[in-house]
Amino acid sequence: MARMKFICDAERCIECNGCVTACKNEHEVPWGVNRRRVVTLNDGVPGEKSISVACMHCSDAPCMAVCPVNCFYRTDEGVVLHDKDVCIGCGYCSYACPFGAPQFPSAGTFGVRGKMDKCTFCAGGPEEHGSQAEFEKYGRNRLAEGKLPACAEQCSTKALLAGDGDVVADIFRSRVLRRGKGAEVWGWGTAYGTAQGGAKS
Amino acid sequence: MKYLIIRTAGAMAIGMALGACGDKPQGMGGVRSDSAPYTGVGKSQYQQPGWKAGDKNSWEQQLKVRAQYGQNDYSRVASQ
Repeated sequence: MARMKFICDAERCIECNGCVTACKNEHEVPWGVNRRRVVTLNDGVPGEKSISVACMHCSDAPCMAVCPVNCFYRTDEGVVLHDKDVCIGCGYCSYACPFGAPQFPSAGTFGVRGKMDKCTFCAGGPEEHGSQAEFEKYGRNRLAEGKLPACAEQCSTKALLAGDGDVVADIFRSRVLRRGKGAEVWGWGTAYGTAQGGAKS
Repeated sequence: MKYLIIRTAGAMAIGMALGACGDKPQGMGGVRSDSAPYTGVGKSQYQQPGWKAGDKNSWEQQLKVRAQYGQNDYSRVASQ
């Protein structure tokens, strides 16, 4: 198996925010924290483009590189996760991330910044799979249930693709060949590197 | 005998005094290990049927089939 990857097809995304809602509902993400969001470029202008953004689970993740307490780890499937029991909520990862993925709940006393929260590719975290502790800290572990991330699975236009990198790349490639345009995969080069740069899938 | 008691008491007092100069380990505990997703979630109503928990190959196949069926609308149309 290749590594788990997200692709957002900007030619298909209609800015319905269904992925955002599915994510918040699936993981019961607290108010003010958005693990996923939809960004629209040239909003209101004919030809506007929308893209769904979350943690891209980078191959060479800058959040991992800058974390002073080394709370991040990468699974064998290429999913970048973190241990909330180790995180100190310093916010370095949010400055380093090119996608703005790390989120910080501010519901505590005096609006103090809490421990970092981000997309887990629906893979939970370092707790027993399917346990209440895992759900409360990291959300549902759909991968261990034999499912794919909820955001992509419920996407009405199938703009957001998630899964084995080889499979989603094949799906996207067949679309590009059929429609004859839209080969630019948003975020792919930044998160996963390019073939020219010597990166591997 | 008296000297032995004094020496023992003295050694214990010195040991306790030096013990206060010690330091608790401050190394980072590090990230706890996370089990692989193909091990499943145990008995759960949310566990998707069609693959065997603990079998990596069947889990990978399950996700590949699910990705194709759920996200590749061209292949879905062709199969109907």
